[in-house]
Amino acid sequence: MAKFLIPLGLFVVLLAFLFVGLGLNPREVPSPLIDKPAPAFTLAQLHEPGKTLATADMKGRVWLLNVWASWCVSCREEHPLLVELGRAKLVPIVGLNYKDEPLAGLRWLGQLGNPYDVSVVDRDGRVGIDFGVYGVPETFVIDKQGTIRYKQIGPVTAEALEKKILPLVRELQKS
Amino acid sequence: MIRFAAALLFAIIAATLALPPAAFAADAVPTEKDPVNSARAVKLTEELRCLVCQNQTIADSNAELAVDLRRQVREQIDAGKTDKEIIDYMVGRYGDFVLYRPPVKGTTLLLWGGPALLLLTGIGVIVVVLRGRQRMPDATPLSAEERARAEALLAGEPKKEQS
Repeated sequence: MAKFLIPLGLFVVLLAFLFVGLGLNPREVPSPLIDKPAPAFTLAQLHEPGKTLATADMKGRVWLLNVWASWCVSCREEHPLLVELGRAKLVPIVGLNYKDEPLAGLRWLGQLGNPYDVSVVDRDGRVGIDFGVYGVPETFVIDKQGTIRYKQIGPVTAEALEKKILPLVRELQKS
Repeated sequence: MIRFAAALLFAIIAATLALPPAAFAADAVPTEKDPVNSARAVKLTEELRCLVCQNQTIADSNAELAVDLRRQVREQIDAGKTDKEIIDYMVGRYGDFVLYRPPVKGTTLLLWGGPALLLLTGIGVIVVVLRGRQRMPDATPLSAEERARAEALLAGEPKKEQS
């Protein structure tokens, strides 16, 4: 009897490993920046290139940093949700226009709506590297002290917004 | 006919070999003139994983991110950073995943120890099986009759022919 049970047991263990393994998304690499201070940047604004925005300007507020580009297909997917969120005025959203032509970016926002309080231009992607960006879109939740508390890799979904991002934002805003 | 086919085949192979590897030619060439530094850049970029095409190093990959990260590596070398500083810079932003050779620590123990563990398990299984096998043939000595039959067989005098 044991002769059959041992291979069967091994098979079940293997099956469990495969089941869990297949459920994981290899594209989601945990960021080492969670609970670390958000990298400091000072970048020109997309709509008013004469003005800049720095990480330090957002101190004292809970805010979202959304990395987007007009060439990014998945950004279109999350965009209606962001527009809605921007209208609700629950939390300031800063857009990081990543490796994009400013004109193309402006046109894109003109067509699809602009959910951002401010968008800043990261033309050559250096600030993106500081934030460990490797797949656009990405969204960071940053607290009042300027610490990154959460990172959404890939498009923001309604589920992620309801279950993760907004509860976290509310909690951070209270503290 | 065969000769024609052979010539055609030869022409195809020659044409394939002559094609320049256009895809990498543009930016794979290290920009610095300093051969020591460019060797360092190549070595470092071969240690780092591209997060977009995850099974390629940033030296191999042509993803935009890999191009940017190669530029970072070169700039930091030019700025006089040590290899360790550059690696730390990448790990600080992208985590251990960016390293092609993950460090040995708590979370990677199974990764590093796994193969040895499997090897030991395999050896253990073999030992147990072999021991079981040694014990298997019944150790009872042959009876006198069996021995006689065996000797007869060995001597080449099969019983059946006698009868």
